[in-house]
Amino acid sequence: MNYIRESDKMEKRNARQTREIVVPGDILDGTGMRPGENAYVLDGKVRACVMGVRNVFQNTVGVIPLRGCYMPTSGDTVIGVIEDIGPSNWLVDISAPYPAPLHVSEVPWKVEFGDTSRYLTLGDVVLLKVLAVDESKKISVTMKDSGLRKIEGGRLVKVSHSKVSRVIGKSGSMISMLKNMTDCRITVGQNGLIWVDGDDENADVAVDAIKMIEEQAQSSNLTDRIKEFIESKIPQDEEYDDEGDE
Amino acid sequence: MSGHTDMVLVDENGMRIDGRTADQHRPFKVEAGVLNNADGSAYVEIGKNKVLAAVYGPRECHPRHLQNPTKAIVQCKYNMQAFSVSDRKRPGPDRRSIEISKIISEALEKVVLTELYPRASIDVYIEILQANAGTRCAGLTAASVALADAGIPMRDIVPALAAGKADGHVLLDLNKEEDNYGQADVPIAIIPSTDEIVLLQMDGNMTREEFDHGIEMAVAGCHELYELQKDALKRRYSKKAEEESE
Repeated sequence: MNYIRESDKMEKRNARQTREIVVPGDILDGTGMRPGENAYVLDGKVRACVMGVRNVFQNTVGVIPLRGCYMPTSGDTVIGVIEDIGPSNWLVDISAPYPAPLHVSEVPWKVEFGDTSRYLTLGDVVLLKVLAVDESKKISVTMKDSGLRKIEGGRLVKVSHSKVSRVIGKSGSMISMLKNMTDCRITVGQNGLIWVDGDDENADVAVDAIKMIEEQAQSSNLTDRIKEFIESKIPQDEEYDDEGDE
Repeated sequence: MSGHTDMVLVDENGMRIDGRTADQHRPFKVEAGVLNNADGSAYVEIGKNKVLAAVYGPRECHPRHLQNPTKAIVQCKYNMQAFSVSDRKRPGPDRRSIEISKIISEALEKVVLTELYPRASIDVYIEILQANAGTRCAGLTAASVALADAGIPMRDIVPALAAGKADGHVLLDLNKEEDNYGQADVPIAIIPSTDEIVLLQMDGNMTREEFDHGIEMAVAGCHELYELQKDALKRRYSKKAEEESE
């Protein structure tokens, strides 16, 4: 899905040698580099405005945040929970600071006015796509795209949204390994909600592995350690295919 | 400021009752990320003051009428525990804690990039566990570390410290006795990168020269505190990385 953008970020991250943690107000550069993400300029010096890891890319210097809330951008695939029902829309909690209304015209069913609760009710989990986020942060989401649906069965795991790129891994390496080794269906939402479906035992291992990725996101060689971890829990009969892709 | 005492607050050698010199602050201790369920948190000790701060958000602003369509608001709640002072403090908001909540919110609004989150609210809760004069400074110090820990975009971290006058001497970081029996108390908070003042109050009387001298000392003290605030945030992640690399 939209793993590409996240994995690009990962590549940049891995290319850097030293991991320098900065906090708001720290000077990132004073030699005329341009401010990138989460940076601002004061008196000709680029300073950080969030806590994170300093990131230099070409002529810009920015910060990759370590924490923070999820801010939707158009095109994101997210997992949401229905938190309110109106006569012609649903309100979906996508763990952003703002509610995301899902209009009846944006679902794959023909819904009569006032008949919304027949299709989706409180607590239902849906896979959505962010259509647009405007200036005033009004979010519109859709369920009319390939693969978008109401999610049934399986389990939900919540990780910090800043760790999503780690769960997916470099060009999807981590997530495809998880899927192949645990034989689970896994869908990662950009907002940090992850849906895992499979055998109870296998899904348990997958969930534990995801939790482990979140906890140890800062360390290197994580893919190998996660591989070891899953191998210790689930004996793998065939050779694990490294090129495995969805 | 209120009472009178025969106590010698500053002796003939310029030594204060707790063994400090005029321009010496009490020992600081700053820790970030102490609460699991908050988005960001911090614990600060300034001498005998013990303060916890928790940050939630940015999240939807309730009540609705407080929302600002152009920027986020910072809602701060300063609360003293009943056991924080030697005679029991009657619980609940009072004139003093409402005032402190307001000035701390306003100080934090100056550094947080509120325009990134229109209509949202950033909630800051400050709990005074033990009070010994200077809790509003300790509270603001803790709150700004908690904000950075929550990953909220901000220009800088705000340290706060008081200057004052007791026994005719201009002193830095007054303790309980100096505050009660002294002539003036001037808490200030600054943005270290620009030395802008975001909080300034004065209780009592000082001459212009004494005031200028006090501000000078407090600004220097704030810069020291600022280093500890940054260190606390960085330590949180470097410690984690160390544990993992073992």
